[in-house]
Amino acid sequence: MDASTSIDTHHDPHAHAGEHEHHELGWWRKYIFSTDHKVIGIQYGICGLIFLFFGFCLMMLMRWQLAYPGQVLPVIGPIQSFLDQHQPAAGHFDPWFLPRAFLSPFTKGVMTSEGYNSLGAMHGTIMIFLGVVPVAFAAFGNFVVPLQIGAPDMTFPKVNAASFWAFGVGGVIMLTSFFVPGGAAKGGWTSYTPLSDISDKGPGFHPFLNGQTLWLLGFIFLITSSLLGAINFITTIIQLRAKGLTWMRLPFFVWAQFVTAFLLLLAFPPLEAAIVMQLMDRTAATSFFLPAGMIVNGAPLHISGGGSPLLWQHLFWFLGHPEVYVLILPAFGIVAEILANNSRKPLWGYKSLVFSVLVIGFLSFIVWAHHMWLTGMGSTVSAFFQTTTLLISIPSVIILSAFFISLWGGSIRFNVPMLWVTAFLPMFGIGGLTGIPLAFNSADLYLHDTYYVIAHFHYIVAPGTIFGLFAGVYYWYPKATGRMMNEFWGKVHFWPSLICMNVIFLPMFLQGMLGMHRRWYDGGQGWTLSGEHIWGLTGFQWNTPISWAAWIMGLAQIPFIINFFWSIKHGKKVNDNPWEATTLEWTAPSPPPHGNFVVTPVAYRGPYEYSLPGREKDFTMQNEPVESAERSRRAAEPMLVH
Amino acid sequence: MNNPPDIAQDPAEHEEYAHGVHQHVSRYLIVGAVLLFFTLLTVALSYVDFGGFFSWLFHVHISPKAGGKLNITVALIVAAFKVSLVALIFMHLAAEKRLIYRVLIFTGFFVLALFWLTYLAWYNPIVR
Amino acid sequence: MEIPYTISTRPDTGLWNAKIGIWLFLASEVMLFGGLFSAYVFLRLDAQPGEWPHGLLNVPVGTMNTAILIMSSVTVVLAWAALKMRRYRAYWWYMLATILCGVTFLFVKLYYEWPQKFEHYGIFLKPAALEKYEQYLGNSRRTEKGMEPRIEISGHLHNPEALKDPNIKEYEIGLDPVYVDPNNPANDRPHFLYVPPTDHVATIEKEDVQRIDTFGPWHSAYFASYFTITGLHGAHVLGGVIVFVYMWLPVSKRLYQRNPEHLANRVEVCGLFWHFVDLVWIFVFPLFYLL
Repeated sequence: MDASTSIDTHHDPHAHAGEHEHHELGWWRKYIFSTDHKVIGIQYGICGLIFLFFGFCLMMLMRWQLAYPGQVLPVIGPIQSFLDQHQPAAGHFDPWFLPRAFLSPFTKGVMTSEGYNSLGAMHGTIMIFLGVVPVAFAAFGNFVVPLQIGAPDMTFPKVNAASFWAFGVGGVIMLTSFFVPGGAAKGGWTSYTPLSDISDKGPGFHPFLNGQTLWLLGFIFLITSSLLGAINFITTIIQLRAKGLTWMRLPFFVWAQFVTAFLLLLAFPPLEAAIVMQLMDRTAATSFFLPAGMIVNGAPLHISGGGSPLLWQHLFWFLGHPEVYVLILPAFGIVAEILANNSRKPLWGYKSLVFSVLVIGFLSFIVWAHHMWLTGMGSTVSAFFQTTTLLISIPSVIILSAFFISLWGGSIRFNVPMLWVTAFLPMFGIGGLTGIPLAFNSADLYLHDTYYVIAHFHYIVAPGTIFGLFAGVYYWYPKATGRMMNEFWGKVHFWPSLICMNVIFLPMFLQGMLGMHRRWYDGGQGWTLSGEHIWGLTGFQWNTPISWAAWIMGLAQIPFIINFFWSIKHGKKVNDNPWEATTLEWTAPSPPPHGNFVVTPVAYRGPYEYSLPGREKDFTMQNEPVESAERSRRAAEPMLVH
Repeated sequence: MNNPPDIAQDPAEHEEYAHGVHQHVSRYLIVGAVLLFFTLLTVALSYVDFGGFFSWLFHVHISPKAGGKLNITVALIVAAFKVSLVALIFMHLAAEKRLIYRVLIFTGFFVLALFWLTYLAWYNPIVR
Repeated sequence: MEIPYTISTRPDTGLWNAKIGIWLFLASEVMLFGGLFSAYVFLRLDAQPGEWPHGLLNVPVGTMNTAILIMSSVTVVLAWAALKMRRYRAYWWYMLATILCGVTFLFVKLYYEWPQKFEHYGIFLKPAALEKYEQYLGNSRRTEKGMEPRIEISGHLHNPEALKDPNIKEYEIGLDPVYVDPNNPANDRPHFLYVPPTDHVATIEKEDVQRIDTFGPWHSAYFASYFTITGLHGAHVLGGVIVFVYMWLPVSKRLYQRNPEHLANRVEVCGLFWHFVDLVWIFVFPLFYLL
């Protein structure tokens, strides 16, 4: 198969030249409204990475306020003073209405408290639902899973396209919310009621053109997108596995995506129900989440009452907890693939890994109330959830341990993907272990809503999942484009990111233990204990190095962005299997054509047959037939591989 | 009737298959009638004062509140029965493959967990 | 490029793709309506005495709608069976019947049941004022019997201008039958047949009124749940009807002629969705109309 035709910087490094398809598609059908899983995967990937960067920028703005509360921001300050000087005359059209609306979190270049809340809520929402889930699940899943199972595409290609465009619409709605009066949603990414029910209500309130309502509407599209995607993934993995690819021969990445799809399928709908109810509360004057007798701004609310704010929390966290496993499981999968590949030995404990990921999937549905320890629950229900929460830490530890043990005795190659993966292991370890105190109702009474929690979950998602995603990008980039990303600039991307992540989040554990609350917009300046010293600085003073580390980390992403786009045209050209990996996607051409495989693969072996004794090469691909001599040797050594 | 031409590969095999489906048709009609009957039964039973009836039967006092709960129980049992008929017969679940059962059993477990644990949290607060 | 197992079954699972797809989708729908029903349970448990109403919905009409939906489930499975038996004409008629049933269901809901609610007023009385209107409420007898008190007076508002005009100090309500004779044991439980508001007009002072509005979703947690669940259910009915119309139009005949099994599979998949919609209604009906 010939290498790709001229490639747009946006997507689809597809090879179509040399193939005369009977249905020659136009440019729009081929690159924009494609039903090909690889194109859709890349579309998700690029959009997701852009959203990740945008969400990161929101955080960088917040960090200024935390380090230098009440001070005028650079860049934003001058722009806003320019806009303030160029107010339109009454009744005249304002040519600057868009940037003016976008800068509503700031007044005279200084961040307001509502603005801080707005940036915080949108940072969380965008990173999770527009950034990590689309990249980890939709992008990598879409691109890699059909290739890894030897399928020509997903079972429902049109549904796949619909799923991406629902995501697109949802994303646009979320972005639009920044420009409406009142600014974007500011009730936290968790949108707790009753505050979110009454957000922005008052004079000038428009039921639909306001941040919170648009957040809710956008979310409905995002949930629809995830549900359709989940259906596609599950059906594809069940039905389109190649001949000989039994369940226990699946790469662990496929197992991880399979469980993730089930989590999305079954956990999202109750949140969708709750979102419909919150929309009704905001637009149809219902009181699903509003109790009777509420007083807002000194006056009683004219509502029926009878609602329950706790109801929202239950339905939200019913999704919210499986959601965090949605965030980590694909990264586990990516790490597994790259780890086996770069240690040149099979993954240790494949069966334990599969069993653990299934147990995590199951248990994740019955732990949700550990996000609600402070809602006044009794000891029975609290004991139940504490037990299940502690239980679910066990399979996570098994998975991490299996990864660590897999390194033992390996011939480790520290290429760029492996650097990210090696960093992932201890970083996720810190994140996971710091979650244990939070599993106890008693300890969480103190730590709830402090920076401790922020540090805990960021360690898992940021130097955890996102490092896994970066690893995956560098790893599968040659499969998608036929070229490698630059190794040197990959390392320039990696090292500052790793160091900065730790400078940002490690001190936050200490700030949290001081009692610094996670949503204060003054950085804890007004809180007495923030004046206590830890490791030489006060709790509040730690905000400054943390912020600087965050900004440096933002700079460290620039080599990645340049490398990503530059390498499409100028990266080192490679063959089909530059990493000398064993799984089926590496038997396809790089990039794979429409239909993926020149010859439909058949699997004869497990996914990680590295360093088989008595072989010339240190890897044996899954589609290599088992010779009779090897067959008798395997029969004599049953513990070799499955 | 103007049926379009039959394009089955093997006419004999298809004839046998069509006959098998035909037998199911009467089953669908019977189940439909049963569902309609049970709908009317649901409505009728909702007007029966179960609290009063059991009070009389067992010579115990059942408060109106408890009686209301009995009515709810009876109505939900009938509804569950109707739902099983729809699921097993109309939706062909009775003859469905293992995989579908597994998906539905997990779904059922999780939706029950949602109901039960949310109720438990409501039932068991620190103070009321 | 053909996707395998679109029509034929995969040997080890015994299933074709869309069958799995639709059941997965229905599993997610179970969770969706499960979330809404758990909200119903939560809100009903949390309701103060007298807050959760009974007998406000039209039972005969609801029963008829239930019957219509059940019949449509029968017709859609017969439509599928007809396709499997390669009887296109029979399929076409059964599908039409299904569509008509679905449309009737929506019509009844959107043109009769719902609008009727928006003309029916309910006045929640202030707790201190309940005694004053005892003649309409009958609460002393109810409390004696251990029943929940009545905290609301409903009916037809004879002077709607009172809502906007602060100078008018009272509401004229044409009472619902239960408030005309509140101590009659026959009125303890809701009646089967719907009786419209009477001409017996009661005068309620505005100062005794906690809240007055129509029986819309804003009126109470009960109506909020009712409108949301039946609304979402209705949206699903509408979606199903639209898809069925597509399957019934001449374009389906072309697919039938090309590959009848493919059309049969599609009808089966949509039929499964439709049965699920019927299934949800089988729970909705008693929970809101009867209990």
